[in-house]
Amino acid sequence: MPFLDAIRLALAQIRVQRLKSFFTLLGVTIGVMFLIAVVSIVEGMSSYMEHDFVGKLVGVNTVSLRHIPEIGEDMSEAEWRELQRRPRILITDVEPVVASLPAGTLWSAEGYDNVAMSSQWAKPTMLQASAVEGDYFKIREMKVERGRVITTQEMALGTPVIVVGQEIASRFFPNLDPLNRQLKVAGLPYTVIGVAESQGSIFGLSMDRFVIAPYRSPLRHVVNRPLVIDALKIKVSGDADMTETMETIRQVMRGRRGLRPAQRDNFALETSESALTFWTNIKSKLVIAGVILPAIGLIVGAIVIMNIMLVAVAERTREIGIRKALGARRRDIMSQFLVEAATLSTVGAVLGIIIGITLAQVIAAVSPLPATVAPWSIIAGVFVGAGVGIISGIYPASRASKLDPILALRQE
Amino acid sequence: MSTTEEVPISVTAERMAVTQRAGEAPEKDWVIVTRGLKREYDMGGEIVRALRGVDVAIRRNEYVAIMGPSGSGKSTLMNLIGCLDTPNAGEYWLGGNLVSTMADDELARVRNREIGFVFQTFNLLPRATALHNVELPLVYAGVPSDERKRRAIAALERVQLGDRVTHRPNELSGGQRQRVAIARALVNEPSILLADEPTGNLDSTTSEEIMRVFEELASQGQTVIMVTHERDIAAHARRVIVLRDGMIESDDRRERFAEKVQSGGHGAIGLK
Repeated sequence: MPFLDAIRLALAQIRVQRLKSFFTLLGVTIGVMFLIAVVSIVEGMSSYMEHDFVGKLVGVNTVSLRHIPEIGEDMSEAEWRELQRRPRILITDVEPVVASLPAGTLWSAEGYDNVAMSSQWAKPTMLQASAVEGDYFKIREMKVERGRVITTQEMALGTPVIVVGQEIASRFFPNLDPLNRQLKVAGLPYTVIGVAESQGSIFGLSMDRFVIAPYRSPLRHVVNRPLVIDALKIKVSGDADMTETMETIRQVMRGRRGLRPAQRDNFALETSESALTFWTNIKSKLVIAGVILPAIGLIVGAIVIMNIMLVAVAERTREIGIRKALGARRRDIMSQFLVEAATLSTVGAVLGIIIGITLAQVIAAVSPLPATVAPWSIIAGVFVGAGVGIISGIYPASRASKLDPILALRQE
Repeated sequence: MSTTEEVPISVTAERMAVTQRAGEAPEKDWVIVTRGLKREYDMGGEIVRALRGVDVAIRRNEYVAIMGPSGSGKSTLMNLIGCLDTPNAGEYWLGGNLVSTMADDELARVRNREIGFVFQTFNLLPRATALHNVELPLVYAGVPSDERKRRAIAALERVQLGDRVTHRPNELSGGQRQRVAIARALVNEPSILLADEPTGNLDSTTSEEIMRVFEELASQGQTVIMVTHERDIAAHARRVIVLRDGMIESDDRRERFAEKVQSGGHGAIGLK
């Protein structure tokens, strides 16, 4: 029987039994819907991570020297204990490291912690405060919306001035101009000299809750033990080689710590790429979830379709008998029911694609999770739908094709 | 009633066609030849011998009725002639081809090309239009769709249903449904039109109407084989074969059959 005729027949069958068909399709629809939604969200997060997140958190072309990696993977108990025993990076490490790099290389040392902040207009709240030295604002590409950034002189003198994020400004100085007003940071009086431009958000967490003060100001005693810093960031200038720069820093640090060749590094060098590796690992786990969730829906869908097709074969035994009497071969009957099952589940898949795309858009709209619909997931959805139909149709179709025409015609 | 007078057909050309050497194709003129056709069913360990060696020879353009009480094996014979079933033993030649040894798909092809079925219960697809029902055999013959439509309409016109093309079976009367079924049976120009109790579900007026259609087809040269248990219906055919207990009891020209009926000769075998 020609393929198009078979599809037309199948669609007519669906039209006749709308409600039954709908329930039959549900499993496949839900499966494909999950597939599209999960893939869309993973893809969305992926492009977000690659374009936005890593740039904001780590900085493009930036190497971070830390005692333990900021973005970490699963590790064993022993590895974790090794990390805890590592010596901290010290402010005294900064000068030798920077000296080993080409002149004019941008760098910044920073120490940070959550500390209590308060003003006369707001209750004390724990928020992040950083004590920074060097070219912090240039590396972060952070600009101020109002006021100014901290000057080199203020950095050198440790003047108690701060640049604050927008949320800090609005929280502690509601409807007021925060410039030149006082904010108590861990009980220490600081004067606001600038309000940074909005840094946006990562997964719904505002990036505008920060306070930046000079390292040499009193805040450093609050955020870290003496001399300790949390990170030294180096911006590799356009033409310099990233690997070479990292190797230089590594050698300087190994020398300073007196590590023998056999000993491993007891510090971490992070780049935006290493952060991406971390993301890739998460992504692969999400993709597995993105496969398992739809798979459950599709298996259920397949069982339902098989069941419905068996019922259809039983109900239409006489029709099969008539068709056989009129000259339908086994493969004609077989393909008729296979095409019917495949059409049924492809229709389900198309519904699932539509609902899945809608779901992804809704999730993107109401939650911080971004969503991008991947074209391949739509094609995959259609093929998976048709595939499920064909696989679950094989057994019922083969039963139909093997019916004895005499018995089939006798059936009422 | 002496035996020599009782079996006029069996001793003539038909006998010759059947008794040609087994395994040899009959002459072209014979559309159906069966030799020693046997069919047994295993009904839960008990062997039911539905046909116990049936020899039949039917010429092209013949109009034959097969009669017999229930259990006589006439349905089994019809299923075998219609290639819906295969015999346990014996030969069945249809249009010069030995079909008794054919496999499933070959039988499907023979049913499609050589046999036009008309059933007691019409057996139309309920949700399909008259046109689509008539088109079905052509679909399985692989005829392209415009030619299919043209031929199906022509077949419907042949049974005076040219104006009912888009009607569905439930919008047609019993007689009209059976005429759709006849159009469907004829559309692929089969060697034989095989009707199983074609008037069994129809009132007497409609039955006459259908019998007139058969009459006309037969007069146009269509080979018609009709299975029935009604004597009045069988009387329309030009030759009547009576089965009893899986064997042929008699095989007569219509006139001879009518004589026997009048003399009460068939009362004994339970026919109406």
